[in-house]
Amino acid sequence: MTFDAFSHPLWPYLFILVAGSFATDIWRFLGVHFGSRIDPDSEALVMVRTLATALVAGVIGNQIVFPSGALADVPLLLRIGAAAAGFAAYLVLGKRVLVGIVIAEAVLLIGILLN
Amino acid sequence: MPLSPESHLSWFRAGCRAALSVPGFILLAAFVGFAGLANAAGFTLAQTLFTVLTIWALPSMVVLVGSVQNGLSLPATALAVALSAVRLMPMVVALVPEMRDAKTRRVTLYFLSHFIAVTSWVMSFQRFPDIPREQRTSFYAGLAAMLMVMNLAVVAVVHPLAKELPPTLSALLLFLTPMYFLTSLWGSAREIAGAYAMLLGLVLGPICHVLVPQADLLVSGLVGGALAYGLQRWQQGRRGA
Repeated sequence: MTFDAFSHPLWPYLFILVAGSFATDIWRFLGVHFGSRIDPDSEALVMVRTLATALVAGVIGNQIVFPSGALADVPLLLRIGAAAAGFAAYLVLGKRVLVGIVIAEAVLLIGILLN
Repeated sequence: MPLSPESHLSWFRAGCRAALSVPGFILLAAFVGFAGLANAAGFTLAQTLFTVLTIWALPSMVVLVGSVQNGLSLPATALAVALSAVRLMPMVVALVPEMRDAKTRRVTLYFLSHFIAVTSWVMSFQRFPDIPREQRTSFYAGLAAMLMVMNLAVVAVVHPLAKELPPTLSALLLFLTPMYFLTSLWGSAREIAGAYAMLLGLVLGPICHVLVPQADLLVSGLVGGALAYGLQRWQQGRRGA
């Protein structure tokens, strides 16, 4: 039951709907359902947030270390260096997302051009 | 106090205008990156637009595309996406009491909740104090609609071009999404455990990708999250003692 398991043209959309949309919206609907009943600072929610953060961070790590497409042709050390430079700039220069992205992209571009 | 439809409409428009801001444009850049990612993974334009419209949470979308690329089955993909989206529940739990008033219909809240993701969530928390309580759903609807339309448009433009781009530009494009997450995730971490979880996840993700390729995200989420949470509790215990 993979994304291209069936040749029917609607199968990929069903896959996206079930594995993507339902799997995401269920949490939003539960959030509305529990809306005023759960304390957002409760220990259980702190733990849930922590697990989710680690999972998304795992996605980021994989995108940097095992990227797809043209990014895979850029040396690993340059990818890690550019990400570290962008993140450091973000932390030092007032925690602005835009600063982090621009610096990382600039380091990556300079590295690619020098290679 | 009876409300005129004009005031609902004007707050809806105010929401639309709020989308045209720095956070809105940063999100746009992240969607430029996602369009490239989805193209590289073999998603057609229509499938990519459908993904954006029905999921509307970048981490979930990226996990979905990555799982499809790794050839994961539907249940395994759903599990990974669901785990990556758990964070939406506490976000919604925190936002809903701010958004509703006594007369807000539940169905309105369920509908609007589909559009809750990091960017609009952060922006709402910043703007809500200046917005009359009975107008907050109108404002949020405008903000959500505008963000959705902007990002669908940018995906529609970028996706067909992604394969034609020179490799350097394409590499820069694919680097946008991880950098957007890296910075915005750190910014949204409320407790120290969130920072630990991020650092652990960054390292565990690639390690698990090698060791347990079919369950890399689940394992890095569970192991990294549990370690981070334990670390915070241990520190609290020491401080308390």
